[in-house]
Amino acid sequence: MGVTTALEWLGSCSGCEIAILNIGEDLVSLITETLNIVHAPILMDHKYFGQCGEGVTLEIPEAVVGIVTGGVNNREHLEVLQEMRKKCKVLLALGTCATHGGIPALMNGQDQLESWEGIFSTVSTDPGAEIPNVEVPPPLDRVYACDEKVKIDMQLPGCPPNPELIGEVIVALAEGRVPVLPGKSVCDTCPTKREGKGMVDKVKRFINNVEFKPGTPIDEMRCLLEQGYMCMGPVTVAGCAKRGGPSCISARVPCRGCFGPVRRDGNQLLDMMNGLVSNGLDFKSVVDRRSVLRFSGAHGRLRPVKKRVARGKVK
Amino acid sequence: MKKVLNIAPVSRIEGHAKIAIHLDDDGNVENTFLHIQSLRGFEKFIEGRPAEEVPRIVNRICGICPWMHHLASNKAVDGAFGVTPTPTGHKLREMCQVMAHINDKILHFFFLAAPDFVLGPDADYSVRNIMGMVKAAPELAKQVVKMRQLGQMMLDKFAGKAIHPVAGVVGGFAKPMAEEERKELLQGTQTLLDFGCYALDFAINNVFAKYMDIIGDLGAIKTGFLGMVDREDGSLRLYDGKLRLMKSDGSFVDFEGNEYIDYIGEHVEPWAYSKMVYAKSWNEGFDMALTEPKGIYRVNTLARINVCDKISTPKAQAALETFRNSFGRPAQQTLLYHYARLIELIYSCERTIELLEWEGITGQNVRAKVEPKAGRGVGVVEAPRGTLIHDYTTDENGCISGANLIVGTTHNIAPMNMSVKQAASTFIKDGVYSEGVLNQVEMAVRAYDP
Ligand code: SF4
Ligand code: SF4
Ligand code: SF4
Ligand SMILES: [Fe+2]
Repeated sequence: MGVTTALEWLGSCSGCEIAILNIGEDLVSLITETLNIVHAPILMDHKYFGQCGEGVTLEIPEAVVGIVTGGVNNREHLEVLQEMRKKCKVLLALGTCATHGGIPALMNGQDQLESWEGIFSTVSTDPGAEIPNVEVPPPLDRVYACDEKVKIDMQLPGCPPNPELIGEVIVALAEGRVPVLPGKSVCDTCPTKREGKGMVDKVKRFINNVEFKPGTPIDEMRCLLEQGYMCMGPVTVAGCAKRGGPSCISARVPCRGCFGPVRRDGNQLLDMMNGLVSNGLDFKSVVDRRSVLRFSGAHGRLRPVKKRVARGKVK
Repeated sequence: MKKVLNIAPVSRIEGHAKIAIHLDDDGNVENTFLHIQSLRGFEKFIEGRPAEEVPRIVNRICGICPWMHHLASNKAVDGAFGVTPTPTGHKLREMCQVMAHINDKILHFFFLAAPDFVLGPDADYSVRNIMGMVKAAPELAKQVVKMRQLGQMMLDKFAGKAIHPVAGVVGGFAKPMAEEERKELLQGTQTLLDFGCYALDFAINNVFAKYMDIIGDLGAIKTGFLGMVDREDGSLRLYDGKLRLMKSDGSFVDFEGNEYIDYIGEHVEPWAYSKMVYAKSWNEGFDMALTEPKGIYRVNTLARINVCDKISTPKAQAALETFRNSFGRPAQQTLLYHYARLIELIYSCERTIELLEWEGITGQNVRAKVEPKAGRGVGVVEAPRGTLIHDYTTDENGCISGANLIVGTTHNIAPMNMSVKQAASTFIKDGVYSEGVLNQVEMAVRAYDP
């Protein structure tokens, strides 16, 4: 019998779950032999309130390994996360939403009430609609990473994480050993040519394709930062490389930092602005600097822009 | 005594939902609710972002169908910036989108839905899942895992990322396809097509034949349908075409995606974060009454199979003819979503092959010249879960100033609520219910693959 394992998704998009399924050949033995899955909404029908829905408290079975994906956006997520913490010996936060807030934490840069009101009054919405509030979980004040709410034993970022690393972490947890994970930056896994400062001084928007010779391997392409694009490889933790290069770079597209900062508590925005300057690029030419934090807006990094209060009203 | 059964979470679906069944004093169904639990605010937090970045932000709406959001978004940004993608860029996008449908259908039918049929709706929950299928039908399970993986890895290798793609860009595509890549993709897709044909045969013989009685009944409701068809010949289309809104009597109107506001509206109930899309142009309002629903239509596989006049690829067309001979047009039985899904699986494989065999597919001119500017664009694609609409307005810097998104699943929220009510009221009588019965209520939801 395998190691008992519970999976839960909080404010997740299911991409992390699909990344687990993408483990490949070993998937079948992983989910039927290495692990004994006791709870996993996407794959099996264990219910919170008993199998006939008559219970009153949310319950998840005990497990050795717990895996949570997604950030904590509402009260139900919080309740589920706390129950997972209570029932699981080791808890893994899987994916950048769980570790750093991920894309949904872009919401932390907005005024929540105003935004919800906007969403329920779009052009196609029936006039007079109100924000739903019956039997739906109320939102928290902002989007949190899992470790802001409960103790997390291990983190594996990535949006989604690399299936190979998911396999390594899960097997390591099941075997009770420390997993082998890359600790460096995306650039350290990138074979593009670096020739020193580029010819441009302003950051280019990605509205033209980068320069490369079609059909040639990526080690014959010049570094995208040197080409003048904001490539976030330097400020993003390694992990996405497959088939000899970072995922986006191999599609000839600059990195946007989806694995989160190199050090767990690093700040991708500050580090990137420094990185641009040291590459001779004017950081003020970045059109939308806040979205440099698009994957790591939890932990209080992204906050709503303070509105100017009309003068004379405040004392 | 009155009582509420909370089936939470609804499982083996792609999102977050719970079903509440309210029973009256005699233990009969008083009302049911499919509560949609999650709200994340994409429409708002993409405001201010440079529009060309948005296709790689909104893909995070869904990790099961990220290509759909990625490409609907790219189409919307094309529109806002006033660019037409190059022919090769256009076809490369379509190829990725149709290929992504292949994996999705294998995932949904075999990983999520099939355990109910292979293990049986009443099987214990601990085995009624893909893990149980591995034990009960090891060869089939292994084959399914392998085929889904093949599809995912083909996309991953060609486009860099299969989940949360980046290779679609405003104006076209980020890189051309090399001849070796084309050959490899073609070979892989042939294998998937063989599997798709096998899957439909398997389902016809082992699932649909066996469960015909519940197919006719479970979650059955009568509604209209919405889906995309080819602008010229009315055949099934997933990436580009006009929209067709059909009434339950089979009559229909066609319109372009950017006219959506004249045809559909979004109703809000206080008990679901998801809005409920309905046919505003029918001028009858919104009502989920089982006997006489108003404004209710459905999307997703069954809808597309119903609204199209034909399918442009031979194997899928043959399957469509068989289907129509048995069930007519429009077919209403909810569990036929699964059947329609497998017909689309075959179309998706055949269409991918067709695109790979198009002489221009390896062309070098993959991206048109782009200049950020003010404008509005509506991008529509058919996601596995239904018609997906991204509507953006940009400011003079080419940053998003307003966005409206109508996601595939939301068209089906009202019909799913109706199917849940239909199933629960049929099965639960005088306080008698069981785990197996409640699972059949969930099966009604699962057919829609929300
Ligand atoms: S980390 Fe990415 S893939 Fe995982 S749940 Fe969040 S958005 Fe989805
Ligand atoms: S900046 Fe980008 S292209 Fe340059 S080395 Fe780093 S990851 Fe590669
Ligand atoms: S290159 Fe950057 S954005 Fe792309 S997958 Fe890797 S970490 Fe994520
Ligand atoms: Fe989806």
